[in-house]
Amino acid sequence: MTTTTAPTASAVAPQRRPGLRRPSLLRLTGVELRKLTDTRAGLWLLITIGLTTAAIVVLQLIYANEADHTFVNFFVPSMLPVGVLLPVLGILSITSEWSQRTALSTYALVPRRERVVAAKLAAVVVAALASVLASLAVAAAGTLVAGAIGDGGGWRFDESLLLNAVIFQVANVLMGAGFGLLLLNTPLAVVSYLLLPTVWSILGELVPGLRGPAGWLDTGRTMEPLFTGELTAGQWGRLAVSLLVWLAVPVLAGLVRTLRREVA
Amino acid sequence: MISVEHLSKRYGRHSAVDDVSFRCEPGTVTGFLGPNGAGKSTTLRMICGLTPPTAGGATVDGRPYRQLANPGREVGVLLDASAQHAGRTGREALAVAAYTMGVDRREVGAKLEQVGLDAAAAKRRVRAYSLGMRQRLGLALALLGDPRVLILDEPANGLDPEGIFWMRGLLRDFADRGGTVLLSSHLLREVEAVADRLVVIGGGRIVAQGDKTELLAGGGTMVRARDVGALRRALDAAGLAATDAADGLVVRADGEAVGQAAVDAGVALTELRPASGGLEQLFLTLTAAESTREADK
Repeated sequence: MTTTTAPTASAVAPQRRPGLRRPSLLRLTGVELRKLTDTRAGLWLLITIGLTTAAIVVLQLIYANEADHTFVNFFVPSMLPVGVLLPVLGILSITSEWSQRTALSTYALVPRRERVVAAKLAAVVVAALASVLASLAVAAAGTLVAGAIGDGGGWRFDESLLLNAVIFQVANVLMGAGFGLLLLNTPLAVVSYLLLPTVWSILGELVPGLRGPAGWLDTGRTMEPLFTGELTAGQWGRLAVSLLVWLAVPVLAGLVRTLRREVA
Repeated sequence: MISVEHLSKRYGRHSAVDDVSFRCEPGTVTGFLGPNGAGKSTTLRMICGLTPPTAGGATVDGRPYRQLANPGREVGVLLDASAQHAGRTGREALAVAAYTMGVDRREVGAKLEQVGLDAAAAKRRVRAYSLGMRQRLGLALALLGDPRVLILDEPANGLDPEGIFWMRGLLRDFADRGGTVLLSSHLLREVEAVADRLVVIGGGRIVAQGDKTELLAGGGTMVRARDVGALRRALDAAGLAATDAADGLVVRADGEAVGQAAVDAGVALTELRPASGGLEQLFLTLTAAESTREADK
């Protein structure tokens, strides 16, 4: 038979540690930001976003009219690749927990899943804000170069455009996260995120009966005024309605699904 | 301490776990045994708040897992060693968990060392890890918050014999220092060497639980002699009932009575030991029933 070893002198039960606090939302957001960048997929996605943004400015310097080499004209197009790719990062941050099955340890460490979801949303919003800063920096660099090599380099910038840029990027990345939360599957979420709005846009153009609703529900259309400057009350209304459908509903329904889902 | 009360989980009409209750006391290692598909993992996931139970509940140190403020500091959990992001390095996986729990960063290196993952291994991505290395990483993750309770699902899977021996020592030491260990396995031999208590589950229901020695001793005595006929006569003369087993006779009596009967009749024995038959037989029956069911599918 097996003999049990005699207890050693150090056989003292570890003391209950006082002051075990639950991790704060700030800490969890920090964790999620770290998880955005500590894998190859996440890191390369960020690098790709940065390179595409820079490439767009370089292409403009080479091919656009010198008169168009202004800060605003560099800034607005530099946001477009970010607007498409950053939401993919938002999707990955949520779906990779399930595809890589890290949800098992994430939710074992933080059983209050809504806190993890809130931290993930906060992390991608931080990433979106950082992307606006990056766009500003890239546009500034472009303007400096344009001023140095030609007669471009106008710095005039409407502040409302900055607010619009923030709204555009934050809304896009949260829409991506919403798709991720709702579908909990990377390829499915990425494809539907990229495809559904486009399909909807095409349908809105083709089917006469849909033209009215599309003006309120097609984010491609409702977001367009964001690039031109100040929005009218009507444009804000349309934007809000479209974001309610494409952002708020997926996030809320996805939250419910994530809370209920069995982690295995 | 872990307390499981009337846990049940149904998936549609299929009952995965059916009214399971047991307790794990501090200072003990509890082996949670059952064939594959018996409901072990589902039970462990329900204890850890990852799977919502259909009925019943479980507490760790008196509280439901989901109500623990910082569970990683109280319960070390390893439910699936493969459930790690393939693109993260071993060290990064631990660092993220340490940051979440608020554990000092230096603990990461210490725990990696404790489970035998060297600096080179820690720098590699989990994709390149063998199952044994993933088990060690998972164990380091479970130990990271210096918990007093460990819940481990098949932790010996993929470990080599030396690794299994090492892990037994680690778990024994953890329990001897007052910790509570619950580990599952589908192999009786694997937990027999380290567990104090056994909980055996089959088809979602508990079929046996209790002290390991009691459960294993239930099977009587195993005895062998070169002259089996003489041995049988000797046992008959002593009034001891004997049944044929694969490699000798199993007697419903303790070793002393059997030995005395053999001496009285002048029969030389070649083997005399407690038969682990009771539990082993039960376990084999469970496993056989399971494989028949698999085959029927």
